[in-house]
Amino acid sequence: MEFEPVIGLEVHAQLNTSTKIFCACSTRFGAEPNTHVCPVCLGMPGSLPVLNKKVVEYTLRMALATNCDIPPQSRFARKNYFYPDLPKGYQISQYELPIAINGHLDIDMQDGSSKRIGITRIHMEEDAGKLIHDGSLPVSHVDLNRTGVPLMEIVSEPDLRSAAEAGVYLRNLRAIIRWIGIGDGNMEEGSFRCDANISIRPKGSDTFGTRTETKNLNSFKNVEKAIRYEIARQTEILLDTGQVVQETRLWNPGKGVTESMRSKEQAHDYRYFPDPDLLPLVIEKKWISAVQKDLPELPSQRRERFVTEMAIPDYDAGVLTSSRELADYYESCLKTFNQPKHVSNWIMGSLLGLLNAEGKSIEDCPIAPKDLAQLLKLLDEGAISGKIAKTVFEEMSSTGKPPKQIVEEKGLVQVSDTSIIEKEIDAVIAANPNEVERYKDGQKKLIGFFVGQVMRATKGKANPKMVNELLMKKLGT
Amino acid sequence: MKLTKEQVLNTARLARLDIAPQDVEMFSEQLASILGYMEKLNEVDTTGVAPTSHAISLTNAFRQDRAHEHLPRDKALSNAPEKDEDGFLVPKVI
Repeated sequence: MEFEPVIGLEVHAQLNTSTKIFCACSTRFGAEPNTHVCPVCLGMPGSLPVLNKKVVEYTLRMALATNCDIPPQSRFARKNYFYPDLPKGYQISQYELPIAINGHLDIDMQDGSSKRIGITRIHMEEDAGKLIHDGSLPVSHVDLNRTGVPLMEIVSEPDLRSAAEAGVYLRNLRAIIRWIGIGDGNMEEGSFRCDANISIRPKGSDTFGTRTETKNLNSFKNVEKAIRYEIARQTEILLDTGQVVQETRLWNPGKGVTESMRSKEQAHDYRYFPDPDLLPLVIEKKWISAVQKDLPELPSQRRERFVTEMAIPDYDAGVLTSSRELADYYESCLKTFNQPKHVSNWIMGSLLGLLNAEGKSIEDCPIAPKDLAQLLKLLDEGAISGKIAKTVFEEMSSTGKPPKQIVEEKGLVQVSDTSIIEKEIDAVIAANPNEVERYKDGQKKLIGFFVGQVMRATKGKANPKMVNELLMKKLGT
Repeated sequence: MKLTKEQVLNTARLARLDIAPQDVEMFSEQLASILGYMEKLNEVDTTGVAPTSHAISLTNAFRQDRAHEHLPRDKALSNAPEKDEDGFLVPKVI
Protein backbone atom coordinates (compact mmCIF):
# COMPACT_ATOMS: atom_id res chain seq x y z
CA MET A 1 0.00 0.00 0.00
CA GLU A 2 1.17 3.53 -0.72
CA PHE A 3 1.07 6.02 2.14
CA GLU A 4 1.05 9.79 2.22
CA PRO A 5 2.21 11.96 5.10
CA VAL A 6 -0.02 14.70 6.51
CA ILE A 7 1.93 17.49 8.21
CA GLY A 8 0.89 20.61 10.09
CA LEU A 9 3.34 23.03 11.69
CA GLU A 10 3.09 25.18 14.79
CA VAL A 11 5.57 28.03 14.63
CA HIS A 12 6.53 30.27 17.53
CA ALA A 13 8.14 33.51 16.46
CA GLN A 14 9.54 36.07 18.87
CA LEU A 15 8.39 39.60 18.10
CA ASN A 16 11.17 42.18 18.21
CA THR A 17 9.55 44.73 20.49
CA SER A 18 11.72 46.61 23.00
CA THR A 19 9.70 45.44 25.98
CA LYS A 20 7.82 42.35 27.13
CA ILE A 21 4.21 41.62 26.23
CA PHE A 22 2.61 42.41 29.62
CA CYS A 23 5.21 44.52 31.45
CA ALA A 24 7.82 47.14 30.58
CA CYS A 25 10.88 44.92 31.14
CA SER A 26 13.47 44.92 28.37
CA THR A 27 13.57 42.02 25.91
CA ARG A 28 17.26 42.53 25.08
CA PHE A 29 19.07 39.23 24.65
CA GLY A 30 22.17 38.36 26.64
CA ALA A 31 21.64 40.35 29.86
CA GLU A 32 22.83 39.01 33.22
CA PRO A 33 20.36 36.38 34.51
CA ASN A 34 17.30 37.74 36.34
CA THR A 35 18.07 41.42 35.73
CA HIS A 36 15.26 42.09 33.22
CA VAL A 37 12.47 41.27 35.62
CA CYS A 38 9.73 43.01 37.60
CA PRO A 39 6.81 41.96 39.84
CA VAL A 40 4.58 41.29 36.79
CA CYS A 41 6.84 38.83 34.97
CA LEU A 42 8.01 37.30 38.24
CA GLY A 43 4.36 36.44 38.96
CA MET A 44 4.23 38.33 42.25
CA PRO A 45 0.79 38.34 43.87
CA GLY A 46 -1.13 41.54 43.23
CA SER A 47 0.74 42.57 40.09
CA LEU A 48 -1.30 43.11 36.94
CA PRO A 49 -0.42 42.59 33.27
CA VAL A 50 -0.94 45.43 30.75
CA LEU A 51 -0.79 44.60 27.05
CA ASN A 52 2.00 46.08 24.91
CA LYS A 53 0.26 47.76 21.95
CA LYS A 54 3.15 47.06 19.62
CA VAL A 55 2.71 43.31 20.09
CA VAL A 56 -0.82 43.66 18.72
CA GLU A 57 0.34 45.83 15.83
CA TYR A 58 3.10 43.39 14.87
CA THR A 59 0.76 40.42 15.02
CA LEU A 60 -1.76 42.31 12.88
CA ARG A 61 0.97 42.87 10.31
CA MET A 62 1.61 39.13 10.16
CA ALA A 63 -2.11 38.42 9.98
CA LEU A 64 -2.50 40.72 6.97
CA ALA A 65 0.65 39.41 5.30
CA THR A 66 -0.76 35.87 5.52
CA ASN A 67 -4.25 36.77 4.33
CA CYS A 68 -5.98 36.10 7.66
CA ASP A 69 -9.40 37.22 8.83
CA ILE A 70 -9.23 39.44 11.90
CA PRO A 71 -12.30 38.98 14.10
CA PRO A 72 -13.61 42.17 15.77
CA GLN A 73 -12.89 40.85 19.24
CA SER A 74 -10.22 38.60 20.71
CA ARG A 75 -9.12 37.81 24.21
CA PHE A 76 -6.42 36.28 26.36
CA ALA A 77 -6.67 33.01 28.26
CA ARG A 78 -4.69 31.26 30.95
CA LYS A 79 -3.03 27.97 30.11
CA ASN A 80 -2.43 26.27 33.44
CA TYR A 81 0.52 24.01 34.19
CA PHE A 82 3.36 23.80 36.67
CA TYR A 83 6.95 24.06 35.56
CA PRO A 84 9.87 25.92 37.16
CA ASP A 85 10.29 28.24 34.16
CA LEU A 86 6.72 29.52 34.57
CA PRO A 87 6.51 31.65 37.70
CA LYS A 88 2.74 32.29 37.68
CA GLY A 89 1.76 28.64 37.23
CA TYR A 90 0.03 29.63 33.99
CA GLN A 91 1.02 31.04 30.65
CA ILE A 92 -1.04 33.90 29.25
CA SER A 93 -1.99 32.89 25.73
CA GLN A 94 -5.03 33.04 23.48
CA TYR A 95 -7.37 30.10 23.15
CA GLU A 96 -10.97 30.46 22.00
CA LEU A 97 -10.72 33.87 20.38
CA PRO A 98 -7.31 34.32 18.73
CA ILE A 99 -6.43 37.58 17.01
CA ALA A 100 -6.36 36.07 13.50
CA ILE A 101 -7.89 33.05 11.73
CA ASN A 102 -8.37 31.47 8.27
CA GLY A 103 -5.28 32.72 6.47
CA HIS A 104 -3.07 31.18 3.84
CA LEU A 105 0.37 31.32 2.32
CA ASP A 106 1.27 30.32 -1.25
CA ILE A 107 4.54 28.45 -1.51
CA ASP A 108 6.61 27.79 -4.64
CA MET A 109 8.27 24.41 -4.86
CA GLN A 110 11.58 23.87 -6.61
CA ASP A 111 9.91 22.03 -9.50
CA GLY A 112 8.00 25.23 -10.33
CA SER A 113 4.70 24.09 -8.86
CA SER A 114 2.84 26.28 -6.41
CA LYS A 115 0.71 25.27 -3.43
CA ARG A 116 -1.59 27.08 -1.02
CA ILE A 117 -1.02 26.24 2.66
CA GLY A 118 -3.85 27.15 5.01
CA ILE A 119 -3.18 29.01 8.23
CA THR A 120 -5.64 27.99 10.93
CA ARG A 121 -4.86 30.74 13.40
CA ILE A 122 -2.32 33.21 14.72
CA HIS A 123 -2.27 34.15 18.37
CA MET A 124 -0.19 36.11 20.85
CA GLU A 125 1.33 34.70 24.03
CA GLU A 126 4.17 35.12 26.50
CA ASP A 127 7.40 33.13 26.49
CA ALA A 128 8.59 31.15 29.53
CA GLY A 129 11.90 31.53 31.36
CA LYS A 130 15.07 29.57 30.78
CA LEU A 131 16.32 26.60 32.78
CA ILE A 132 20.01 25.84 32.98
CA HIS A 133 20.79 22.41 34.32
CA ASP A 134 23.71 22.21 36.68
CA GLY A 135 26.39 19.72 35.69
CA SER A 136 27.59 18.93 39.19
CA LEU A 137 24.76 19.78 41.59
CA PRO A 138 21.26 18.25 41.70
CA VAL A 139 19.72 21.65 40.88
CA SER A 140 18.54 23.66 37.89
CA HIS A 141 19.14 27.40 37.59
CA VAL A 142 16.15 29.52 36.64
CA ASP A 143 16.62 32.70 34.59
CA LEU A 144 13.40 34.69 34.18
CA ASN A 145 14.68 37.35 31.74
CA ARG A 146 12.85 35.64 28.88
CA THR A 147 9.62 35.26 30.86
CA GLY A 148 7.00 37.45 29.20
CA VAL A 149 8.91 38.06 25.97
CA PRO A 150 6.22 38.34 23.25
CA LEU A 151 5.62 35.38 20.97
CA MET A 152 3.33 34.95 18.02
CA GLU A 153 2.16 31.40 17.33
CA ILE A 154 1.24 30.54 13.75
CA VAL A 155 -0.66 27.27 13.31
CA SER A 156 -0.92 25.80 9.82
CA GLU A 157 -3.64 23.54 8.47
CA PRO A 158 -2.50 19.92 7.90
CA ASP A 159 -1.86 20.81 4.26
CA LEU A 160 1.81 19.90 3.96
CA ARG A 161 2.62 16.58 2.29
CA SER A 162 6.41 16.26 2.52
CA ALA A 163 9.45 17.36 4.49
CA ALA A 164 10.45 19.51 1.52
CA GLU A 165 7.10 21.32 1.51
CA ALA A 166 7.38 21.91 5.25
CA GLY A 167 10.86 23.35 4.70
CA VAL A 168 9.69 25.76 1.99
CA TYR A 169 6.65 26.85 4.03
CA LEU A 170 8.83 27.51 7.06
CA ARG A 171 11.40 29.49 5.08
CA ASN A 172 8.62 31.56 3.52
CA LEU A 173 7.12 32.35 6.93
CA ARG A 174 10.52 33.38 8.20
CA ALA A 175 11.16 35.55 5.14
CA ILE A 176 7.83 37.35 5.68
CA ILE A 177 8.51 37.92 9.38
CA ARG A 178 11.86 39.51 8.54
CA TRP A 179 10.45 41.36 5.53
CA ILE A 180 7.71 43.10 7.52
CA GLY A 181 10.19 43.87 10.30
CA ILE A 182 8.52 42.14 13.24
CA GLY A 183 11.15 39.53 14.14
CA ASP A 184 14.56 38.16 13.19
CA GLY A 185 13.46 34.54 12.62
CA ASN A 186 16.67 33.13 14.07
CA MET A 187 16.09 29.39 14.62
CA GLU A 188 19.45 28.67 16.22
CA GLU A 189 18.96 31.41 18.82
CA GLY A 190 15.40 30.25 19.48
CA SER A 191 13.55 33.34 18.24
CA PHE A 192 11.84 31.14 15.63
CA ARG A 193 10.73 27.68 16.81
CA CYS A 194 8.71 24.95 15.21
CA ASP A 195 6.76 21.86 16.31
CA ALA A 196 5.55 19.39 13.69
CA ASN A 197 2.32 17.38 13.79
CA ILE A 198 2.80 14.36 11.57
CA SER A 199 0.56 11.46 10.59
CA ILE A 200 0.43 8.92 7.78
CA ARG A 201 -2.58 7.67 5.83
CA PRO A 202 -3.21 5.49 2.79
CA LYS A 203 -2.81 7.65 -0.32
CA GLY A 204 -6.18 9.01 -1.41
CA SER A 205 -7.81 8.53 1.98
CA ASP A 206 -9.72 11.53 3.33
CA THR A 207 -9.47 10.66 7.02
CA PHE A 208 -6.42 11.32 9.15
CA GLY A 209 -4.17 8.74 10.76
CA THR A 210 -3.02 8.95 14.39
CA ARG A 211 -0.61 11.86 14.71
CA THR A 212 2.49 12.53 16.76
CA GLU A 213 3.83 15.94 17.72
CA THR A 214 7.58 16.38 17.34
CA LYS A 215 9.39 19.07 19.32
CA ASN A 216 12.92 20.44 19.63
CA LEU A 217 13.39 21.28 15.96
CA ASN A 218 16.06 23.94 16.21
CA SER A 219 17.19 24.42 12.62
CA PHE A 220 15.64 24.24 9.15
CA LYS A 221 17.75 21.17 8.42
CA ASN A 222 16.57 19.43 11.59
CA VAL A 223 12.92 20.16 10.81
CA GLU A 224 13.21 18.37 7.49
CA LYS A 225 15.32 15.54 8.91
CA ALA A 226 12.94 14.95 11.82
CA ILE A 227 9.90 14.94 9.52
CA ARG A 228 11.58 12.45 7.16
CA TYR A 229 12.50 10.24 10.10
CA GLU A 230 9.00 10.38 11.58
CA ILE A 231 7.35 9.59 8.22
CA ALA A 232 9.63 6.56 7.81
CA ARG A 233 9.03 5.41 11.40
CA GLN A 234 5.25 5.64 11.14
CA THR A 235 5.18 4.03 7.69
CA GLU A 236 7.16 1.10 9.02
CA ILE A 237 4.75 0.67 11.95
CA LEU A 238 1.74 0.70 9.63
CA LEU A 239 3.36 -1.75 7.19
CA ASP A 240 3.91 -4.06 10.17
CA THR A 241 0.16 -3.74 10.76
CA GLY A 242 0.91 -1.92 14.01
CA GLN A 243 -0.65 1.18 15.51
CA VAL A 244 0.96 4.59 15.74
CA VAL A 245 0.69 5.86 19.31
CA GLN A 246 -0.57 9.41 19.79
CA GLU A 247 2.22 11.09 21.71
CA THR A 248 4.68 13.96 21.94
CA ARG A 249 8.14 13.09 20.63
CA LEU A 250 11.47 14.85 20.92
CA TRP A 251 13.94 15.14 18.05
CA ASN A 252 17.41 13.99 19.06
CA PRO A 253 19.73 15.73 16.58
CA GLY A 254 22.78 13.80 17.78
CA LYS A 255 21.25 10.40 17.08
CA GLY A 256 19.06 11.59 14.21
CA VAL A 257 15.92 10.02 15.70
CA THR A 258 12.70 11.10 17.41
CA GLU A 259 12.13 9.72 20.91
CA SER A 260 8.94 9.37 22.93
CA MET A 261 8.48 12.20 25.45
CA ARG A 262 4.94 11.78 26.78
CA SER A 263 1.90 9.77 25.71
CA LYS A 264 -1.70 10.93 25.34
CA GLU A 265 -2.47 9.60 28.83
CA GLN A 266 0.27 11.75 30.31
CA ALA A 267 -0.80 14.75 28.20
CA HIS A 268 -1.32 17.99 30.07
CA ASP A 269 -4.76 19.13 31.13
CA TYR A 270 -4.31 22.86 30.63
CA ARG A 271 -7.74 24.00 31.88
CA TYR A 272 -7.82 27.11 29.71
CA PHE A 273 -10.06 29.93 30.87
CA PRO A 274 -10.33 33.65 30.02
CA ASP A 275 -7.78 35.69 31.94
CA PRO A 276 -9.74 38.04 34.21
CA ASP A 277 -6.68 40.34 34.52
CA LEU A 278 -6.80 41.35 30.86
CA LEU A 279 -9.57 43.22 29.09
CA PRO A 280 -11.03 41.92 25.84
CA LEU A 281 -9.17 43.19 22.80
CA VAL A 282 -11.27 44.98 20.20
CA ILE A 283 -9.73 45.45 16.78
CA GLU A 284 -11.58 48.09 14.82
CA LYS A 285 -11.55 48.22 11.01
CA LYS A 286 -9.83 51.60 11.27
CA TRP A 287 -6.87 50.00 13.04
CA ILE A 288 -6.63 47.20 10.48
CA SER A 289 -6.56 49.68 7.58
CA ALA A 290 -3.89 51.75 9.30
CA VAL A 291 -1.67 48.65 9.68
CA GLN A 292 -2.43 47.64 6.10
CA LYS A 293 -1.40 51.08 4.87
CA ASP A 294 1.96 50.84 6.62
CA LEU A 295 2.65 47.31 5.42
CA PRO A 296 5.51 47.21 2.90
CA GLU A 297 5.03 45.62 -0.51
CA LEU A 298 5.24 41.87 0.26
CA PRO A 299 7.75 39.44 -1.30
CA SER A 300 5.17 37.86 -3.62
CA GLN A 301 3.85 41.25 -4.76
CA ARG A 302 7.32 42.60 -5.38
CA ARG A 303 8.32 39.48 -7.27
CA GLU A 304 5.32 39.91 -9.54
CA ARG A 305 6.15 43.58 -10.09
CA PHE A 306 9.75 42.75 -11.00
CA VAL A 307 8.50 40.32 -13.65
CA THR A 308 5.92 42.68 -15.14
CA GLU A 309 7.67 46.04 -14.77
CA MET A 310 11.27 45.03 -15.34
CA ALA A 311 10.65 42.12 -17.66
CA ILE A 312 13.11 39.85 -15.87
CA PRO A 313 12.47 36.07 -15.61
CA ASP A 314 10.40 34.84 -12.65
CA TYR A 315 13.42 32.88 -11.45
CA ASP A 316 15.50 36.08 -11.20
CA ALA A 317 12.63 37.89 -9.47
CA GLY A 318 12.37 35.03 -6.96
CA VAL A 319 16.06 35.22 -6.07
CA LEU A 320 16.06 39.03 -5.89
CA THR A 321 13.04 39.09 -3.54
CA SER A 322 14.41 36.44 -1.18
CA SER A 323 15.02 39.28 1.26
CA ARG A 324 13.77 42.83 1.40
CA GLU A 325 17.32 44.18 1.60
CA LEU A 326 18.36 42.36 -1.58
CA ALA A 327 15.27 43.59 -3.44
CA ASP A 328 16.04 47.14 -2.26
CA TYR A 329 19.65 46.75 -3.41
CA TYR A 330 18.49 45.66 -6.84
CA GLU A 331 16.11 48.58 -7.23
CA SER A 332 18.78 51.02 -6.03
CA CYS A 333 21.12 49.78 -8.77
CA LEU A 334 18.44 50.36 -11.39
CA LYS A 335 18.22 54.03 -10.40
CA THR A 336 21.76 54.53 -11.72
CA PHE A 337 21.79 51.95 -14.49
CA ASN A 338 18.38 50.94 -15.75
CA GLN A 339 19.05 47.65 -17.51
CA PRO A 340 17.14 45.21 -15.30
CA LYS A 341 18.36 41.90 -16.71
CA HIS A 342 21.98 43.02 -16.91
CA VAL A 343 21.93 44.15 -13.27
CA SER A 344 20.09 40.99 -12.19
CA ASN A 345 22.78 38.81 -13.85
CA TRP A 346 25.57 40.57 -11.98
CA ILE A 347 23.77 40.47 -8.62
CA MET A 348 22.84 36.80 -8.91
CA GLY A 349 26.24 35.79 -10.26
CA SER A 350 29.15 37.88 -9.04
CA LEU A 351 27.60 39.69 -6.08
CA LEU A 352 25.78 36.79 -4.40
CA GLY A 353 28.76 34.56 -5.21
CA LEU A 354 31.03 36.98 -3.39
CA LEU A 355 28.70 37.31 -0.39
CA ASN A 356 28.24 33.54 -0.13
CA ALA A 357 31.97 32.94 -0.29
CA GLU A 358 32.53 35.43 2.54
CA GLY A 359 29.49 34.28 4.51
CA LYS A 360 28.04 37.80 4.45
CA SER A 361 24.48 38.97 3.98
CA ILE A 362 23.49 41.78 1.63
CA GLU A 363 23.31 44.20 4.58
CA ASP A 364 27.10 43.87 4.98
CA CYS A 365 27.80 44.11 1.27
CA PRO A 366 31.05 46.07 0.75
CA ILE A 367 29.88 47.36 -2.64
CA ALA A 368 27.29 50.14 -2.63
CA PRO A 369 24.46 49.67 -5.15
CA LYS A 370 25.31 52.88 -6.99
CA ASP A 371 28.91 51.67 -7.39
CA LEU A 372 27.87 48.32 -8.85
CA ALA A 373 25.55 50.18 -11.22
CA GLN A 374 28.39 52.57 -12.15
CA LEU A 375 30.62 49.61 -12.97
CA LEU A 376 27.98 48.12 -15.25
CA LYS A 377 27.58 51.51 -16.88
CA LEU A 378 31.32 51.72 -17.61
CA LEU A 379 31.14 48.23 -19.09
CA ASP A 380 28.08 49.08 -21.13
CA GLU A 381 29.68 52.26 -22.51
CA GLY A 382 32.69 50.26 -23.60
CA ALA A 383 35.01 52.19 -21.29
CA ILE A 384 36.20 48.86 -19.82
CA SER A 385 36.12 45.27 -21.06
CA GLY A 386 34.23 42.42 -19.40
CA LYS A 387 37.49 40.99 -18.14
CA ILE A 388 38.57 44.31 -16.64
CA ALA A 389 35.11 44.69 -15.11
CA LYS A 390 35.70 41.48 -13.14
CA THR A 391 39.04 42.82 -11.92
CA VAL A 392 37.47 46.14 -10.91
CA PHE A 393 34.62 44.26 -9.18
CA GLU A 394 37.10 42.32 -7.05
CA GLU A 395 38.97 45.50 -6.20
CA MET A 396 35.68 47.18 -5.23
CA SER A 397 34.78 44.30 -2.94
CA SER A 398 38.08 44.48 -1.08
CA THR A 399 38.53 48.27 -0.93
CA GLY A 400 34.98 49.60 -1.24
CA LYS A 401 36.29 52.23 -3.65
CA PRO A 402 34.04 53.49 -6.46
CA PRO A 403 34.76 51.85 -9.84
CA LYS A 404 35.79 55.04 -11.67
CA GLN A 405 38.50 55.70 -9.10
CA ILE A 406 39.84 52.15 -9.43
CA VAL A 407 39.84 52.34 -13.22
CA GLU A 408 41.73 55.64 -13.12
CA GLU A 409 44.21 54.66 -10.39
CA LYS A 410 45.10 51.40 -12.10
CA GLY A 411 44.94 52.82 -15.63
CA LEU A 412 42.41 50.24 -16.69
CA VAL A 413 40.51 52.34 -19.22
CA GLN A 414 39.80 50.31 -22.31
CA VAL A 415 41.81 51.26 -25.37
CA SER A 416 39.47 51.83 -28.29
CA ASP A 417 41.81 54.00 -30.29
CA THR A 418 42.22 52.30 -33.69
CA SER A 419 45.73 53.59 -34.30
CA ILE A 420 47.06 52.30 -30.96
CA ILE A 421 45.50 48.87 -31.43
CA GLU A 422 46.74 48.67 -35.05
CA LYS A 423 50.25 49.45 -33.87
CA GLU A 424 50.14 46.53 -31.44
CA ILE A 425 48.66 44.23 -34.08
CA ASP A 426 51.41 45.09 -36.53
CA ALA A 427 54.02 44.30 -33.88
CA VAL A 428 52.39 40.91 -33.08
CA ILE A 429 52.18 40.01 -36.79
CA ALA A 430 55.80 40.96 -37.33
CA ALA A 431 56.93 38.89 -34.30
CA ASN A 432 55.07 35.71 -35.31
CA PRO A 433 55.65 35.03 -39.01
CA ASN A 434 55.14 31.23 -38.64
CA GLU A 435 51.70 31.60 -37.09
CA VAL A 436 50.74 34.12 -39.76
CA GLU A 437 51.78 31.59 -42.42
CA ARG A 438 49.74 28.77 -40.80
CA TYR A 439 46.73 31.06 -40.38
CA LYS A 440 46.80 31.92 -44.04
CA ASP A 441 47.07 28.19 -44.85
CA GLY A 442 43.66 27.71 -43.24
CA GLN A 443 44.34 27.24 -39.51
CA LYS A 444 41.72 29.87 -38.66
CA LYS A 445 41.64 28.87 -35.01
CA LEU A 446 44.92 30.72 -34.59
CA ILE A 447 42.93 33.96 -34.49
CA GLY A 448 42.57 33.28 -30.75
CA PHE A 449 46.34 33.21 -30.41
CA PHE A 450 46.70 36.60 -32.08
CA VAL A 451 43.94 38.17 -30.02
CA GLY A 452 45.63 36.83 -26.88
CA GLN A 453 48.98 38.29 -27.90
CA VAL A 454 47.49 41.72 -28.59
CA MET A 455 45.56 41.68 -25.30
CA ARG A 456 48.70 40.75 -23.43
CA ALA A 457 50.64 43.52 -25.11
CA THR A 458 47.99 46.02 -24.06
CA LYS A 459 47.68 44.53 -20.53
CA GLY A 460 44.08 43.53 -21.25
CA LYS A 461 43.02 47.06 -21.97
CA ALA A 462 42.40 46.82 -25.69
CA ASN A 463 38.77 46.64 -26.75
CA PRO A 464 38.55 42.91 -27.65
CA LYS A 465 35.87 43.41 -30.26
CA MET A 466 38.02 45.94 -32.10
CA VAL A 467 41.11 43.75 -31.79
CA ASN A 468 39.20 40.91 -33.42
CA GLU A 469 37.88 43.02 -36.25
CA LEU A 470 41.19 44.71 -36.99
CA LEU A 471 43.10 41.40 -36.88
CA MET A 472 40.72 39.80 -39.37
CA LYS A 473 41.13 42.77 -41.65
CA LYS A 474 44.94 42.67 -41.48
CA LEU A 475 45.31 38.91 -41.78
CA GLY A 476 42.57 38.53 -44.37
CA THR A 477 39.72 36.10 -43.67
CA MET B 1 -24.24 14.99 43.44
CA LYS B 2 -20.94 13.76 44.73
CA LEU B 3 -17.49 13.75 43.15
CA THR B 4 -15.81 10.40 42.63
CA LYS B 5 -12.60 9.61 44.45
CA GLU B 6 -10.75 9.74 41.10
CA GLN B 7 -12.08 13.23 40.37
CA VAL B 8 -10.94 14.49 43.75
CA LEU B 9 -7.49 12.94 43.41
CA ASN B 10 -7.11 14.28 39.86
CA THR B 11 -8.09 17.79 40.96
CA ALA B 12 -5.57 17.55 43.78
CA ARG B 13 -2.87 16.36 41.40
CA LEU B 14 -3.50 19.23 38.97
CA ALA B 15 -3.21 21.71 41.86
CA ARG B 16 -0.17 19.87 43.26
CA LEU B 17 -1.96 19.32 46.58
CA ASP B 18 -1.09 16.41 48.80
CA ILE B 19 -4.38 15.07 50.16
CA ALA B 20 -4.48 12.54 53.00
CA PRO B 21 -6.51 9.43 52.10
CA GLN B 22 -8.90 9.97 54.99
CA ASP B 23 -9.73 13.48 53.69
CA VAL B 24 -10.85 12.39 50.21
CA GLU B 25 -14.42 11.79 51.34
CA MET B 26 -14.64 15.22 52.98
CA PHE B 27 -13.31 17.03 49.87
CA SER B 28 -15.64 15.04 47.68
CA GLU B 29 -18.60 16.45 49.61
CA GLN B 30 -17.23 20.00 49.85
CA LEU B 31 -16.35 20.22 46.16
CA ALA B 32 -19.75 18.79 45.27
CA SER B 33 -21.50 21.50 47.25
CA ILE B 34 -19.48 24.21 45.48
CA LEU B 35 -20.28 22.72 42.11
CA GLY B 36 -23.90 22.36 43.18
CA TYR B 37 -24.00 26.07 43.89
CA MET B 38 -22.66 26.76 40.38
CA GLU B 39 -25.33 24.45 38.98
CA LYS B 40 -27.86 27.02 40.11
CA LEU B 41 -26.55 29.34 37.37
CA ASN B 42 -27.45 26.75 34.76
CA GLU B 43 -31.10 27.25 35.63
CA VAL B 44 -31.04 30.69 34.00
CA ASP B 45 -31.97 30.72 30.32
CA THR B 46 -28.98 32.30 28.53
CA THR B 47 -30.10 31.60 24.96
CA GLY B 48 -28.81 34.40 22.76
CA VAL B 49 -26.62 35.93 25.46
CA ALA B 50 -22.92 36.24 24.64
CA PRO B 51 -20.64 34.64 27.26
CA THR B 52 -19.17 37.19 29.64
CA SER B 53 -15.40 37.21 29.43
CA HIS B 54 -14.88 40.13 31.73
CA ALA B 55 -16.74 41.62 34.67
CA ILE B 56 -16.39 45.24 33.55
CA SER B 57 -17.37 46.48 30.13
CA LEU B 58 -14.05 48.06 29.19
CA THR B 59 -11.81 47.04 26.30
CA ASN B 60 -8.28 47.73 25.03
CA ALA B 61 -6.02 48.80 27.89
CA PHE B 62 -2.60 49.27 26.31
CA ARG B 63 0.93 50.09 27.31
CA GLN B 64 3.46 51.81 25.01
CA ASP B 65 6.59 49.86 24.11
CA ARG B 66 8.97 51.71 26.43
CA ALA B 67 11.18 50.03 29.01
CA HIS B 68 11.00 50.85 32.73
CA GLU B 69 13.50 50.43 35.53
CA HIS B 70 13.97 46.78 36.38
CA LEU B 71 13.71 45.28 39.82
CA PRO B 72 17.19 44.97 41.37
CA ARG B 73 18.22 41.32 41.25
CA ASP B 74 18.67 40.92 44.99
CA LYS B 75 15.12 42.16 45.47
CA ALA B 76 13.79 39.82 42.77
CA LEU B 77 15.46 36.91 44.50
CA SER B 78 14.74 37.93 48.08
CA ASN B 79 11.72 35.63 48.59
CA ALA B 80 13.21 32.60 46.89
CA PRO B 81 13.65 29.57 49.15
CA GLU B 82 16.73 28.45 47.21
CA LYS B 83 19.00 30.80 45.25
CA ASP B 84 22.56 31.70 44.35
CA GLU B 85 23.96 35.11 43.33
CA ASP B 86 22.59 34.78 39.75
CA GLY B 87 19.16 33.39 40.26
CA PHE B 88 16.60 30.92 41.50
CA LEU B 89 17.50 27.31 42.19
CA VAL B 90 15.02 24.46 41.84
CA PRO B 91 15.35 20.69 42.17
CA LYS B 92 16.91 19.41 38.98
CA VAL B 93 14.35 19.04 36.19
CA ILE B 94 14.84 16.75 33.13
